[in-house]
Amino acid sequence: MPNFALQILNLLAAIMLLITFAMLSQRRPLALNRLFVLHGVVLVLSSLLVAYVTGNTHLYYSAALTLSIKVVLIPWILHKVIIRLRAESDIDTLINVPTTMLIGIVLVIIAFNLAIPIAKLSASITSGILGIALACVLLSFMMILIRSKAMPQVIGFLTMENGLFFAATAATSGMPMIVELGVALSVVGGTLILGVFMFHIREQYDDLDIGHLENMKED
Amino acid sequence: MDSLLLLVLAIPLLGSILMGLIGHWEYAPEVNSGLSLGTFIAVATLSVLIIGSGSGFAFGESFYVDSLNVFLVSLTSFVGLTTSLFSRSYMRVERDIGRMTPIRTRIYHSMYQLFMFTMMLALLSNNIGILWVSMEIATLAAVLLVSIYRTAAALQAAWKYFILCGVGISLALFGTILLYLAAERQLGGSAGAFLWTNLNTIKLHLEPSIMSIAFVFLLVGYGTKMGLVPLHSWLPDAHAEGPTPVSAVLSGLLLNVALYAVLRFKILADGSLQNGLPGKMLVGFGLISVLVASFSLSRQKDVKRMFSYSSIEHIGLMTFAFGLGGPIATFAGLLHMTVHSLVKSAIFFTVGHACQKAGTQIIADIRGLVKVSPTVGWGLVVGSLAILGMPPFGVFASEFLIITTSMAEMPWATPILLLGLGVAFATIFGFVQSMALGETTAKPLVHPPALLPVFIHLALALMLGLYIPPYLNQWFWQAVNIITR
Repeated sequence: MPNFALQILNLLAAIMLLITFAMLSQRRPLALNRLFVLHGVVLVLSSLLVAYVTGNTHLYYSAALTLSIKVVLIPWILHKVIIRLRAESDIDTLINVPTTMLIGIVLVIIAFNLAIPIAKLSASITSGILGIALACVLLSFMMILIRSKAMPQVIGFLTMENGLFFAATAATSGMPMIVELGVALSVVGGTLILGVFMFHIREQYDDLDIGHLENMKED
Repeated sequence: MDSLLLLVLAIPLLGSILMGLIGHWEYAPEVNSGLSLGTFIAVATLSVLIIGSGSGFAFGESFYVDSLNVFLVSLTSFVGLTTSLFSRSYMRVERDIGRMTPIRTRIYHSMYQLFMFTMMLALLSNNIGILWVSMEIATLAAVLLVSIYRTAAALQAAWKYFILCGVGISLALFGTILLYLAAERQLGGSAGAFLWTNLNTIKLHLEPSIMSIAFVFLLVGYGTKMGLVPLHSWLPDAHAEGPTPVSAVLSGLLLNVALYAVLRFKILADGSLQNGLPGKMLVGFGLISVLVASFSLSRQKDVKRMFSYSSIEHIGLMTFAFGLGGPIATFAGLLHMTVHSLVKSAIFFTVGHACQKAGTQIIADIRGLVKVSPTVGWGLVVGSLAILGMPPFGVFASEFLIITTSMAEMPWATPILLLGLGVAFATIFGFVQSMALGETTAKPLVHPPALLPVFIHLALALMLGLYIPPYLNQWFWQAVNIITR
């Protein structure tokens, strides 16, 4: 990969990490959804860049798939759900923001260490890019864990999938098309099911707080 | 073989669509059983073919069938068939007490067939990416099945199931990508680097440093779906809140399919690493699961939760057996997979009817099953004795083999295993005794219970404990050779 393209890919990776941190600290569902759109846009740009540089045509399809599903379709569904459930002001966080950021930084360091041996094998990328992809996965993992509301958990889950796709694109110039299609299908299916669930949870509790649901039956 | 394999996959897939249209019809449960019977016949023919001619490809190299997966496919379709027979009367009772509306029944039948389809696809596909996708879709189908009653507890269970397994399976996807990265250097960046058979031929040349990281991710990912401790917290909820036929297929089949995925990757990782690390990790996860699950049993109040902890214990035992490696332990692991599927689904069938009779799932409120319905009561007692490893049932044979091998190869682990099994015995036996005996408040059911599947399963488990037919024996050894080679 030419040096210039690698620089841009590095830049995109850094932007992606920044957006993930912003998502970690964002408490409002609608703003979180917008950040998720940005996250998807960065993923599309990086796929396009890798496609252009390596001349891998199926990466263009992959980018188109990401654009239509993760930048347009899913955020649109989530937006509808938020509006319909009047969940715009569902603000939550379990740990305060500075602590969250500090834990996040530790996770990034871990991710970079884990990425070094893997990146040695890949001819095309630096360990920084793979480290960032892994960091995005870990940060979204943390987002799922610390949030108690349904919507941030779903977005965390989807961000995790984005991080994985970024890793796949950057490290291996993309997975075979049939696998990407399958993954996209299951992501859309999952989002739809969770969207329906949110309505049912709201019916049961007048709230989207998963914390309410933790009525342990074995105390 | 192509057409046969197409039949195995097409019947449940088309069945799922058909059931989406007519699943609420009065005789839909019978159609559901008919579809499962069709799948079972196709699978039986396929397995006879494979045992005779060895492994083979279908549709180019997209599907790969060998003794290992055809054995699990047969088990899956058989338990799928008996569960659909059981679900006929169970679901009618649920409908009459108002827990199943027509639309829910339609979703239930459709998702049941889809669930079967995705398990078959996961088992038969040669492509590790498709394996991942079908496991994910199986999760989605199972989530819909678990949430079918739409109660607060069911929604909680389904949500927890989706988020935890979604996270777990995302880690497995990362593992798959890493494996692809390692294989790409040998096979080039084509779809060929995703085919398990290709990976198997080059496993000695896969980069060990990547392979070890990839295996950790794959084990944690698919281990979440297996319910290995500490990734098990979704499992008791999902089993307890869904309809009982779903608990039976989740426990008896989906756990096996996830374990199968781990075994396939263990074969690759063993070839690449050559240091026994994958086996040690399986042993560790297995032992922790056995211990934690058996000590959690006594705290349970809900009978389905209790038996789902027992599933965690047994999946831990299987993981331990495969971790030990070696032909005898692997044989024991495969045998244990078989008998556990049969016995645990039989137990869930009786528990399902028992809960319907008593009108509750709380152990303390279920009393005197033997008096109100001898077949349900004794079915539960015999099934529990079988799962606890009493001779002459098959579970005894496999546990005996696992423990003797562990004494020879890993003596320090034997007391831990025995402690877990002993605690489980004391707890489950005590609970079952109190449910089966004593005075009763349970009512007879409006539809006669379907107990034929229970006794077929228990009879098969009994047979496997006393005598393994030579044909089956040869089949098991072929599968053992694939894993330990």
